[in-house]
Amino acid sequence: MNGLDKTAQEQKVPGLGVMSCWSCKGPVSENNTFCDTCGAVQPPGQYDHFTRFGLKPSFDINVDWLDQKYFDFQRNLHPDQFATCSVQEKTLSQQQATSINDAYETLKKPLSRADYMVDLLGGTFLPEGRNVINDQELLLESMELREALEECGTLEQVKVLSTRVQHEIQSCIENLSKLFGDNDIEGACRVKTRLKYLEKLTEEIRMHQTKLV
Amino acid sequence: MANLLQIHEPGETPVPHSRERVLAIGIDLGTTNSVVACSSNNNPEILRDSDGMGLVPSLVAYAEDGSCVVGGLARNLLIERPESVVCSVKRLMGRGLEDVKSIAGTLPFEVEPQTEGDSGMVRLNVNGHKLTPVRISADILSDLKTRTEEQLGHVVNQAVITVPAYFDDGARTATKDAAKLAGIEVLRLVNEPTAAALAYGLDKGAEGNFAVYDLGGGTFDVSILRMEKGVFQVLATGGDSSLGGDDFDHEIAKYFLKNHSKRDLNPNELKTALSMARLVKEQLSVENDCQWPIKLGKSEADHKLDRATFDSLISSLVERTIDICRTVCEDANFLPREIKGVVLVGGSTRIPLVRHKVAELFGKEPLTDINPDEVVAIGAALQAEALTVGSETLLLDVTPLSLGIETMGGMVEKIIPRNTTIPVSKAQEFTTYVDGQTAMMVHVIQGEREMVADNRSLARFELQGIPPMTASAARIRVTFVVDADGLLTVSAKEESTGTEAKVTVKPSYGINEAEMAEMLYESMKFARVDMEERLLVEARVEAGRALNAVSAALNKDKHLLSNVQIIEIQNFIHKLEDAVKGTDRDTIITASEQLENATKEFAEKRMDQGIRSALQGVDVDALDEQASKG
Repeated sequence: MNGLDKTAQEQKVPGLGVMSCWSCKGPVSENNTFCDTCGAVQPPGQYDHFTRFGLKPSFDINVDWLDQKYFDFQRNLHPDQFATCSVQEKTLSQQQATSINDAYETLKKPLSRADYMVDLLGGTFLPEGRNVINDQELLLESMELREALEECGTLEQVKVLSTRVQHEIQSCIENLSKLFGDNDIEGACRVKTRLKYLEKLTEEIRMHQTKLV
Repeated sequence: MANLLQIHEPGETPVPHSRERVLAIGIDLGTTNSVVACSSNNNPEILRDSDGMGLVPSLVAYAEDGSCVVGGLARNLLIERPESVVCSVKRLMGRGLEDVKSIAGTLPFEVEPQTEGDSGMVRLNVNGHKLTPVRISADILSDLKTRTEEQLGHVVNQAVITVPAYFDDGARTATKDAAKLAGIEVLRLVNEPTAAALAYGLDKGAEGNFAVYDLGGGTFDVSILRMEKGVFQVLATGGDSSLGGDDFDHEIAKYFLKNHSKRDLNPNELKTALSMARLVKEQLSVENDCQWPIKLGKSEADHKLDRATFDSLISSLVERTIDICRTVCEDANFLPREIKGVVLVGGSTRIPLVRHKVAELFGKEPLTDINPDEVVAIGAALQAEALTVGSETLLLDVTPLSLGIETMGGMVEKIIPRNTTIPVSKAQEFTTYVDGQTAMMVHVIQGEREMVADNRSLARFELQGIPPMTASAARIRVTFVVDADGLLTVSAKEESTGTEAKVTVKPSYGINEAEMAEMLYESMKFARVDMEERLLVEARVEAGRALNAVSAALNKDKHLLSNVQIIEIQNFIHKLEDAVKGTDRDTIITASEQLENATKEFAEKRMDQGIRSALQGVDVDALDEQASKG
């Protein structure tokens, strides 16, 4: 259509953060989702998930705030808002909504957020297999907890165990917050592995609970 | 510029109906019944016939000359001429011959053997006509469109159509294809439970975490949604796309006929027995026992059934839905009792045993204050209005089934897990496993199981032209994109050379391009007009966008132009505005191009100005450094 595909490509002026809007062809700041002049939706651009939400990379996130911000973004950018618009606007809104979904899914849960932090901060210098359980203490703990779950015959017993695991998860999250704060990536990786294991156990507890109901 | 006079033939209207504000409708295209609703000012209404009926039976009867009737008229023929009537065609959408064999016996269809050159899609033999489920669905949709237009008194060509949340990619594509054949532009495919939640949220102000239990004629869905302040966020969904009220009818028919002669029933007798069974089921939902005569061949016998026996006949089927509810609650991280409310959808939720089991699982009485047969269409109409008029409501839905590709040993590598919010895009890298391998087959799979054979095969395509390298040296990036309709596009690219292959997943059991073209040709009566109309609408939308952009730019940066230049641009604006009022697509496109050319210099001046203002206060050395880094 009128060579739209070509003009829609990001025409970036290096270093200045100014691009040309695909619709009105005027200048638009490269991190704007909409053109200030004509209001057309812009391409999502390449940003890390934190920047997309206007955040500095940090493990500490207010999830309620994230939810609200996410809904605000999607209210403006979801393809449903562009159902009667031009083809190019439909395509761009889908790309924007996809990027926001990706960022939100990654940041909202502590475990995937921690994984992402490690990729972002220290992905290159950590040895392969950093997620493999090689922690003797964790192995013992996991065996003990799993046995405890198998022995739970009543809902009450499961509840006690569940509370204990939730407590452990909370302390992992607090630990991660401190370790990332101190930039101790290796330490964070160890706690991350433990958190991953505890979350898996939570799923199993829930399945066990459903069976007993 | 002088305005040209527009000359029209007498009786011809200068501006066709498309310039009026046309209402988009919501269609619940059901297995047993279909319902249409439309909404304005957030006030949805079911379209009813002169008898006040909103439900149109999803039945089509084909005459020998190929013409058809839909709905109640077709139902009247069910007893006398069962061979001419097709029912429950929704169960065959996007299905292959193999799938149909596995449900054969439960379905009264006469299936055609596959002939060469056809796609894998099932064909039915109805009264001598070979028909695909897409064609039959299109005939239902076409009839609904005509009914609606007669009632509303104007043309309807845009709709939201609902599909079961658990419909796979093949069934979704088939539904969209059927709409295309019927001359309906699908604004969005919306999942049935999501539409029902929308109706409850907007009409009844429900807020919190809700479950929607949707047991229709042929499909079962359950979705868990978080609803607050106009946001409808689906947390998890699950179901069974071949479990519904039809299966209950089948159990009853089997029970009644177990003492019958051992000979196999022919499809017509089966149809008769099943429609009797359906009436029995409906009666047992309000009474404790009932008695029906069934006539097969020469013998006619009375059959009795009481509620308790009925319950025992269907209990394993109902239990299956309850198991699925449990799994979906787990996926959403809730215990069933933590759910605030359960909305019942679908005619089969009138069965007392179903209500009882659902109430037992969730620990509360389910909500039924919107008619379970109509709630989906109401939600669809609300969404159709939101999409065309705009709204503050936000619907966030998910993929019902995991998507992946086949890897070595027939294993599935999942790329997008189930319950991921759409639209979504995910990529993964694969490599070659033989030295010098120059092509790679990408086999797209949908489902939860580990092995390819246990899942649904969506499509296969080949990435060719990989440069010969040693095994594991090539880097092949496979990207999956699922759009807001839940439809998948897959592309593959060899990273070191940029060799690329892209497919919109045309499901293995979908109709192929040639068949689509042929069917569109057959339905020429509106296809051509529709296509032209659509292209014209597209050109107008695009021109509207350009006009808006140029006006906004003029408003802001007029000072960059001389008066002569402003007048010149304004002339081209008027020219395009006039073109948009007309009905000639080429004129609109030409005027759009002229406007674009006329504003090129203006755009350059605006960019220069933008860069100059960005440069102010920037250290030029630092900038050079950044630029050289690239």
